Amino acid sequence: MLSALRSLWTVLRHTFRPRVTVQYPEKSVYLAPRYRGRIILSRDPDGQERCVACYLCAGVCPVDCISLQATEDESGRRYPEFFRINFSRCIFCGFCEEACPTCAIQLTPDIEMGEYKRTGLVYEKDDLLIDGPGKYQDYNFYRVAGVAIAGKDKGEAENEAPPEDVKTLLP
Amino acid sequence: MREIVIHLLIIGGVLGGTLTTASGLIWLERRLLALWQDRYGPNRVGPFGLFQPLADTIKIFTKEDWIPPFADKTVFVLAPGVIIVTVLMSFLVVPFAPGIWVADLNVGLLFFFGMSSLGAYSLILAGWASNSKYSLLGGLRAAAQTLSYEVFMGLSLMGVVMLTGSFSLRAIVEAQHDLWFCVSQFPGFVIFLIAGLAETHRLPFDMPEAESELVAGFHSEYSGMKFGMFFVGEYLGITLISALMVVFFFGGWQGPFLPPLVWFVGKTFLFICGFILLRAGLPRLRFDQLMAFGWKVLLPLTLLNLLVTGAIALLRT
Repeated sequence: MLSALRSLWTVLRHTFRPRVTVQYPEKSVYLAPRYRGRIILSRDPDGQERCVACYLCAGVCPVDCISLQATEDESGRRYPEFFRINFSRCIFCGFCEEACPTCAIQLTPDIEMGEYKRTGLVYEKDDLLIDGPGKYQDYNFYRVAGVAIAGKDKGEAENEAPPEDVKTLLP
Repeated sequence: MREIVIHLLIIGGVLGGTLTTASGLIWLERRLLALWQDRYGPNRVGPFGLFQPLADTIKIFTKEDWIPPFADKTVFVLAPGVIIVTVLMSFLVVPFAPGIWVADLNVGLLFFFGMSSLGAYSLILAGWASNSKYSLLGGLRAAAQTLSYEVFMGLSLMGVVMLTGSFSLRAIVEAQHDLWFCVSQFPGFVIFLIAGLAETHRLPFDMPEAESELVAGFHSEYSGMKFGMFFVGEYLGITLISALMVVFFFGGWQGPFLPPLVWFVGKTFLFICGFILLRAGLPRLRFDQLMAFGWKVLLPLTLLNLLVTGAIALLRT
């Protein structure tokens, strides 16, 4: 009987406690930068697409929501012809971000993706691609990789020595 | 002619007032429970979410009204009406303020007991007519609970009747002019509070409903407005028991400065909040604990209270 009265008193004291609910549409909760929300494709600091269409994200995706088609420009730089994420399937696990060798695909703290039509949740490359480098400001895959593309020949990448001339015997 | 008009006005006022209170309680209960659980509760529809009951009503009216094919249709449809009618009938004898009552019966208290016993039929019939085991269990619990708690609910008020010398609720209120019965009849008050909780099937005594054990108890099979009527009936019951608590033990409309009706409504409101606090704070009892507590603790206490009050009343004369 006494414990019942005590629990009533405890409950009554909660009248003056602050409420924990966040009134969402007016105020929003803080989502950390590493929160796994809407997926984007980023560009390198030069403003070109980071994605090299290696299919690793599509391969690791547990729900198969990513589909893409690789192609090359005239200089040999790979990029996706189309890149499509079906967000009605996506479970926001972040595996694609982990798998990406070029830091192209990233998850953002945006969660407001409501749609009235299911087809609206299928994001094409135009919807995914952003103008900036996202979470990795300085990283530029083609500037560190030894692949020749337009404006950068072999041996011109960062920390890269000029290629050896294998035809000569001189040291 | 004028008297008839006034009487009709009072009847309309009581009917409208009680029903409005009952639907307002849906909002109040949700807001208060939320407050005590550090949440907000419904606060979107209108100012402070006050129009939430309206939205709920629109929703519940547009729901499919499904009668299971295995149910006893006539009784199934009739049962939700019984609880509303009986509880509303009990408001007949409640004196709200001097002159504001529907009927000043000289057996007002007995009339209330009769009506609240009839109200139990609603639950039992609903449980029986649903023809499902959970509903039946809920109905059986309602029957057993009402039977056992009705006994000392009545007996707990006999002390009040002894001190007043009348069954009329108006006389009972007027007899508390000098001292409220919650002082002189404190055990009676506590027992009536517990019995009233059991009578309205509210937590911690909501055995007939017991959603964690019996799906939804006696109204498992109900949907749409029939379910809504059970809901409103429950809230009407809370209002009724709170109002009667005020009438029997807290001096009814009596109080200084403010007009009598304000006093009555204010006191009733406090008791309603108390009911909701009990729901927020206490877990449900086990059914056998409830019965044992009733027969082994409360009944002897009530009889003792009755004996002592009787002896004092005899000594005084």
